[in-house]
Amino acid sequence: MVFLLLRRVVQTALILLGVAAITFLLLYALPADPARMIAGRSATAQTVANIRRELGLDQPLLVQFWSYLQGLFQGDLGRSYAQKTDVGALIAARLPATLILMAAGIAVEVVLGVFLGVLAAVRRGGFVDRAVMMASFVGVSAPQFVAALLLLYVFAVTLAWFPMSGFGTPAHVVLPALTLGVLGAGWYARMVRSAMIDVLNQDYVRTARAKGLSSARIIFRHALPNALLPIIAMIGIDIGQFMSGVVVVEAVYGWPGIGQLAWQAIQQVDIPIIMGVTLVSALAIVLGNLLADILAPLVDPRIRAR
Amino acid sequence: MFKSWLRNSTVATALMLAPLPGFAQDAPKQGGDIVITYKDDIATLDPAIGYDWVNWSMIKSLFSRLMDYTPGTTELVPSLAESFEVAPDGLTYTFKLRKGAKFTNGREIVAADVKYSIERAVDPKTQGPGAGFFGAIKGFDDVTGGKTTTLEGIEAPDASTVVFRLSRPDATFLHVLAVNFASVVPKEAVEAAAGDFGKKPVGSGTFILKDWTVGQSLTFERNPDYFIKDMPHIDKFTVEVGQEPLVALLRLQKGEVDIAGDGIPPAKFLEIKNSPEGAEIIVDGQQLHTGYVTLNTKVKPFDDVKVRQAVNMAINKERITRILNGRATPANQPLPPLMPGYDKAFTGYAFDVEKAKALLAEAGHPDGFETILYSTNTDPQPRIAQAIQQDLAAVGIKAEVRALAQANVIAAGGTEGEAPMIWSGGMAWIADFPDPSNFYGPILGCSGAVQGGWNWSWYCNEDLDARAVAADSMSDPAKAGERQAAWGKIFTDIMADAPWVPVTNERRVVAKSPRMGGAGEIYVDPTRVINYDAIYVKQ
Amino acid sequence: MQALKAMVRQPAALFGLIVVALVVFLAIAAPLIAPYSPDEQMFDGLTLEGAPLPPSAQFLLGTDTLGRDLFSRLLYGARTSLVIGLVANGIAVTIGLLIGILSGYMRGIVGGALMRFTDLMMAFPALLLAIVLAALLRPSLWIVAMVIALVNWVQVARIVYTETRGLVERDFILAERSLGAGHGRILFHHILPHLIPTAIVWGTLGIATTVLLEATLSFLGIGVQPPTPSWGNIIFESQSYFQAAPWLVFIPGAVILLTALSFNLVGDALRDILDPTQRGRG
Repeated sequence: MVFLLLRRVVQTALILLGVAAITFLLLYALPADPARMIAGRSATAQTVANIRRELGLDQPLLVQFWSYLQGLFQGDLGRSYAQKTDVGALIAARLPATLILMAAGIAVEVVLGVFLGVLAAVRRGGFVDRAVMMASFVGVSAPQFVAALLLLYVFAVTLAWFPMSGFGTPAHVVLPALTLGVLGAGWYARMVRSAMIDVLNQDYVRTARAKGLSSARIIFRHALPNALLPIIAMIGIDIGQFMSGVVVVEAVYGWPGIGQLAWQAIQQVDIPIIMGVTLVSALAIVLGNLLADILAPLVDPRIRAR
Repeated sequence: MFKSWLRNSTVATALMLAPLPGFAQDAPKQGGDIVITYKDDIATLDPAIGYDWVNWSMIKSLFSRLMDYTPGTTELVPSLAESFEVAPDGLTYTFKLRKGAKFTNGREIVAADVKYSIERAVDPKTQGPGAGFFGAIKGFDDVTGGKTTTLEGIEAPDASTVVFRLSRPDATFLHVLAVNFASVVPKEAVEAAAGDFGKKPVGSGTFILKDWTVGQSLTFERNPDYFIKDMPHIDKFTVEVGQEPLVALLRLQKGEVDIAGDGIPPAKFLEIKNSPEGAEIIVDGQQLHTGYVTLNTKVKPFDDVKVRQAVNMAINKERITRILNGRATPANQPLPPLMPGYDKAFTGYAFDVEKAKALLAEAGHPDGFETILYSTNTDPQPRIAQAIQQDLAAVGIKAEVRALAQANVIAAGGTEGEAPMIWSGGMAWIADFPDPSNFYGPILGCSGAVQGGWNWSWYCNEDLDARAVAADSMSDPAKAGERQAAWGKIFTDIMADAPWVPVTNERRVVAKSPRMGGAGEIYVDPTRVINYDAIYVKQ
Repeated sequence: MQALKAMVRQPAALFGLIVVALVVFLAIAAPLIAPYSPDEQMFDGLTLEGAPLPPSAQFLLGTDTLGRDLFSRLLYGARTSLVIGLVANGIAVTIGLLIGILSGYMRGIVGGALMRFTDLMMAFPALLLAIVLAALLRPSLWIVAMVIALVNWVQVARIVYTETRGLVERDFILAERSLGAGHGRILFHHILPHLIPTAIVWGTLGIATTVLLEATLSFLGIGVQPPTPSWGNIIFESQSYFQAAPWLVFIPGAVILLTALSFNLVGDALRDILDPTQRGRG
């Protein structure tokens, strides 16, 4: 077990290194000059050259990457080009907000999705099933921006149940989490429904039913655990989606998370911030998947850890 | 001394003494606590570094400079300086500092602070974008070249006197001393902040930064010791960042927000404008802005002046202003109407499809040609690019629209032979200071037509460059009018070569709550966008 | 043919089939049906103040913010969006299925390496890749489809991997294996059929998200370039107008929804017909 864990830690480190290398290369290939962006419109060629030199952008790619890695090994994510401040501090100030939103959003998704999925699977072919399926399509096809604004308009502007924008109290998290959760629940509902129907049709469930086990017992003891496997994998995936997909929701609700930070950094070609956010979100994704892999055998004992 | 200023200033007019329009009817009230929103986070408040339109106005209010502008106008006035004198040769400027002006850390401002601040802005180690503004000061090249960190052209003979010696006459020098990069900062605070001065600014302006919650809000409080009495009017303002413009507007309508800094998004503009409270909410003012299409003179077929002229005639600017819901007026020359030197009599190229076609045929393209039109990707820019695309198609030019992130468009524009046409919307030239020379060098002069430059037409006319240098050497205030006329002529003469299609002069639209008072000009201040010093809350 | 007959007997599946056929037909016949050119910015397509026009007899579904006919744009947009939805999503699901099964089924280095590669791709910021590609390449429909497939297969692979691992240890597979069945037989006869439901869920839900993703990409400059319409970019261009001009958001939204739903109904019916665990059972 210790060996297994160690192996995964090493794998995680390698994945992060890979992400860092590819991202660095891509940013380097990007036809946009950070020194130019900082220097702005009125700068002379001399000013731009000076800024480029001060930032070390005149160095060869490998030298730049190596010095970035050296900083990274010491836990230093570098300094933002545009904000001239420590990237680690910028991310640390915003990461909690994104994590809260992510946790709340996934919670809404899973609860809503599993509930609807079970309902649909049990009433397969009936009205409830159709309604759930339809609703899941509405959720999945809705553009985030419009959905977020509609919710905001109804619940914050018209009904004034929740604040329109900001961060701090539990009331602030409701609408953004609901936006993410309602739109994403469709995936869970469909996955759960599919997995459960698959199980409900299997021989041992039929046997159980034939033996006279109650439906509730069949659903929660036999069918749902089988659906848990894809759900857990889905949560692992969701973490990845959330890290890159919260930009719009954060923007609409004025949520001070890393999505907004990343978006602005991309506009300004602020490479240290882009690198920092990428690495932090890559870490979150890898950890999410690791967790999914560890949880899978616990949920489904038939999967033995390899 | 004041007399000497009047005599010597390039811009002194009776106007500065006259009351501002709008101020007369309702006198500013003291007090109030307001909320302002922006979409983008504030990058930095370091005056040597900050250079975007959002932090520009905040830095203006946190710090003071030798020179400044009367709120809402383009009139230069001494600010931290009490008076100044310009030597007849235009090479020496002597400033007397205002007595008793203090930094908000309590220390009195001395002449050495001015010297330190400008040297800091020029020092390559600062990585500031504004170094080039001070190019006329003696010893500039030695500092940017890294030979020394002190500018020999700035002297502080005593605590209240600063002397600037220039290596060449620069008629814009007083404006240069009013840009943010010339803000006076206390050395001890810069050093104490250890590289984080942009987050912990200390100045001598109208406001003090009290609190900064990263990614959420900044709180500014009135500086009680500001050296001009009864300035500013509001006690406090909170800037909330990360606010989507549409939501900011909804919040403003609900009374949660006083100024929506990003203005009114196109999707909401007509609804608000036509609503009963629209007139009270919308502030719509002219700014020093021209939106243009650059025609790359180094890319075929735009190397042919006839083709460039034809394109100038092909674009229906009236329709574009309609797409912008009337928030812009058609432009016919590079300078915006508010800029000194703007030629009211000039008519430019009229919209004329037939003539455009004839010119194209003359140039050997009777069936048009294929090209690429770059644009940024934020609404409404891709829409305007598509409108231009349709106009070009009408004369046979098939332009592919490429809507990209701003940084990529800027990079393409600064790469020789890369971008045939660029619609400047979203990154168009807004002047750093209200002087026509600011509209020439980087964007139309030879010095900008270099790798990574902003002269995306790659237009270089040595003759005009020489005339520009001559105009900027006329630093004698008596020749101000002559200089202005010379500049105006340069810009209308450029249009004969047609490196640009001047398309629109966009007005800036800001949304404010009904309780906010003051003339529109101080919300759309030509030199600083929102003038936090002058706005006030009605009681 | 039998599958088709079986489908026609279910009303829901029949409905789906008809809508899918209709959308495909409209996309192909767009030039014959569209009342205007999709790119023509008409002078009378905007109010004097420059606002888009609501649906009317002249413009059946109204006009967009440049004064173009929305109905014509939707017809032509179907071409782009069907290609993106079917091709990009199809490739993504196929690659994801393949890599997911292989990494879940194979033990040892190959399986591990495949999964770690998937992890790497998943942790990688797809948006950034798209931005760089946008700046480097000449965007075309097929490049967009490729980028979307490149981004989307990863999630399918992850899910399929987890499910395959669950399947491999099930009794019937273990039994097959002990009976000496070959890998190919186990993979294609026993594991793949059980993954079909997952593939259908992703394949059909993915159509809607892919169509919207294309819009995000065109916003970044790598999607189909203006003025070429796609359902996604029609919504995206006007999404902030959802109050001022709701038809610009909700009509294309409904079209995407209906199309994705119909593909799903067809997919569901197909699954029921093809699924071995269902065969011969009520």
